[in-house]
Amino acid sequence: MSKLYSGAEVVFKCLEDQKVNTIFGYPGGAVLPIYDELKNHPSIKHILARHEQGAGHAAEGYARSSGKPGVMLVTSGPGATNAVTALTDAYMDSVPLVCIAGQVPTHLIGTDAFQECDTTGITRPCTKHNWLVKDVNDLSKTIHKAFEVATTGRPGPVLVDVPKDIQFQKTNYTKYKKKKKKSNNSFNQFNQKEINELINLMRRASKPIFYTGGGVINSGAKASQLLRELVRTTGFPITSTLQGLGAYPGDDNLFLGMLGMHGSYEANNAMYECDLMINIGARFDDRITGKIDEFSPKSTKVHIDVDPSSINKIIKVNLPIVGDVSEVISSIIKAIKKIKPNFVKSNKQKISKWWEKIEKWRSIKSFDFVNSTESIKPQYAVQRLYELTKNKDTYITTEVGQHQMWAAQHYKFDKPNRWMTSGGLGTMGYGLPAAVGVQVANPNKLVIDIAGEASVLMTMQEMSTAVQYSLPIKIFIINNQYMGMVRQWQELLHEKNYSESYTAALPDFVKLAEAYGCVGLRAETPDELDDKIIDMINTDRPVIFDCKVDKEENCFPMIPSGKPHNQMLLGPKDQKEKKITSKGKIII
Amino acid sequence: MTSIKTKSAYSIPSKQGKFDTHIFVIWVDNETGVLARVVGLFSGRGYNIESLTVAVVDPKSNISRITIVTTGSPRVIEQIKLQLKKLVPVHKVADFMRGDKKIIFKEMALLKIVGNNSKREKALKACKKYNAVILDKTKKSIVIQITALRREIDKMTKNLKKYGLKSVSRTGAVAMTRGSEVFY
Repeated sequence: MSKLYSGAEVVFKCLEDQKVNTIFGYPGGAVLPIYDELKNHPSIKHILARHEQGAGHAAEGYARSSGKPGVMLVTSGPGATNAVTALTDAYMDSVPLVCIAGQVPTHLIGTDAFQECDTTGITRPCTKHNWLVKDVNDLSKTIHKAFEVATTGRPGPVLVDVPKDIQFQKTNYTKYKKKKKKSNNSFNQFNQKEINELINLMRRASKPIFYTGGGVINSGAKASQLLRELVRTTGFPITSTLQGLGAYPGDDNLFLGMLGMHGSYEANNAMYECDLMINIGARFDDRITGKIDEFSPKSTKVHIDVDPSSINKIIKVNLPIVGDVSEVISSIIKAIKKIKPNFVKSNKQKISKWWEKIEKWRSIKSFDFVNSTESIKPQYAVQRLYELTKNKDTYITTEVGQHQMWAAQHYKFDKPNRWMTSGGLGTMGYGLPAAVGVQVANPNKLVIDIAGEASVLMTMQEMSTAVQYSLPIKIFIINNQYMGMVRQWQELLHEKNYSESYTAALPDFVKLAEAYGCVGLRAETPDELDDKIIDMINTDRPVIFDCKVDKEENCFPMIPSGKPHNQMLLGPKDQKEKKITSKGKIII
Repeated sequence: MTSIKTKSAYSIPSKQGKFDTHIFVIWVDNETGVLARVVGLFSGRGYNIESLTVAVVDPKSNISRITIVTTGSPRVIEQIKLQLKKLVPVHKVADFMRGDKKIIFKEMALLKIVGNNSKREKALKACKKYNAVILDKTKKSIVIQITALRREIDKMTKNLKKYGLKSVSRTGAVAMTRGSEVFY
């Protein structure tokens, strides 16, 4: 008779078979048997967060920077409800995340027992799938299935709820054999005819554009390589969503910068005027499209996505291609090489006028700002941070708000998986714990959270985690004392009624850093900024950097809600000319 | 069954197109919470449910068949189908337009008539063309089972009031293709 294992042992057996070496979590009554078993599995390192939300974002940061699924372990009741924000965040941004939650013993389920909640009920809408394990014999099968669901197709979070009695019960364990890529093929529903049709559209187009998104990153490093080859082979301009940054080099001349609400003037105008839009792994989010009825009115639209339900959800497209991004791009490149080996040369003439137009838009330099010698402009802070770290293969996370948009505008990425930001859900407090996870996955790399002072206070407790595991993350706070994006909208749309958007009693971040046992730095003038940033980079310990910036700087350019791409607001000069109508107030 | 009128979770353009009534037939694993997943998808994304029927159809492989009647623009109907297919316990989704000649739709109703003999006779006569079956009979009352289309049952419940209709119990729609073609 084969050896019997407890449910808790089975959990670790599964994790080992899935080649998991790091989990993020927080113990509690209903997961104690699993925590008890931890000591017997030296290949799995547990990172103790200070809050389950922190554990979840750390697992997300780990997943997004490593390409592997993130794993979190939480207890029942409040442990599970605290994980909900991270699960929802992962769901919106398609991050593979496996959450194992403890639950009260099966005989107590439904009795309002201590620390009981309907975990599978609560997390049903914010996971790809979840399971309540009621029989220990189903446990290993369920956990392996959970990994499969989280990582295949469009990735996302899953949750396995394991009652405490199941963790104690004994069962057999059979070693997991990974299925042979069967599941991957079922996601590639495209055929050669569609690829050929796309090539025909590309040959005919005189104003083409690639619009790429997080799907390229999720498809793996190979997808980014293939995307670069595709863009080079065609000479078409390319723009990226917030999540897609890094898939294509940010400083390349064919790259028009990020598009959308705070995207570049050239990217948004090119999207509006193009005659062929090739969407690769993006989802026509409302921050991207602006007014739907006037979205890119003259273009033929192609949408490449692994998730069939993304297609025609918001924008009707002419040619849907359902499949994994790298598979599709590789087919496109093959077909181009076969049909039209000298595509760039033969097409150069055809799209030269288009490039002239784009260069005109580009010459407006929409990310420019009026610099100051007295106060640090937030854009300047990000620019300097970029210049001083760009040669170090730096990993950047962010919180949510103005600083996030400035980071996206002024920090240029040239590799995928270097940029971790909460786009879909817009979770303030994401960046600090995410940086913890990124640093765990990339121990010797420079990891910086470009933060806002309001966001970072939401999950500040995770500094304690960073100190405990000697994770030298750098928290670079763009401190303007306001919830900057809220303040900006109030200024532009609510008659400068700055209702509750000013934080009157901020902590002294340098002292706070010291209290946590890490290093605090502060910069207050442009002159000292560079030296202080270099100080930060050279510190081999966690740092909180308090960068005091201009309090009332706004983030431009912007497309006011309810406006199409060609009606952007540029910097302060342009503002007086175009007033935002009351209609524009509706969406946000 | 439930009619939930909410705004869609996503920004749907002002040009919504004509609303059609569709019948979705969904084959799912008969497991805990599967109905909640399907119904939660509808409520969470702001889709409408006009009626819902669910029962195990294959106890051996543990498959249930859910039939949902819904309304929406063609784009919403397409979304419902694609979103349903993404659910892990869903095996197969079929979608029929109401009025499709190739499909049989039926609903069942139990009608309790309380009244004198003449009223009961008249009620029964009115029900004749809808496969009326008498399930219970007393000196004062009668319970009639009919199977018909939704609008026919709507009409009957209105018309039978005058004959002493006191209680109505209805199912949602079930659907099946005509001819030898089989979906599952």
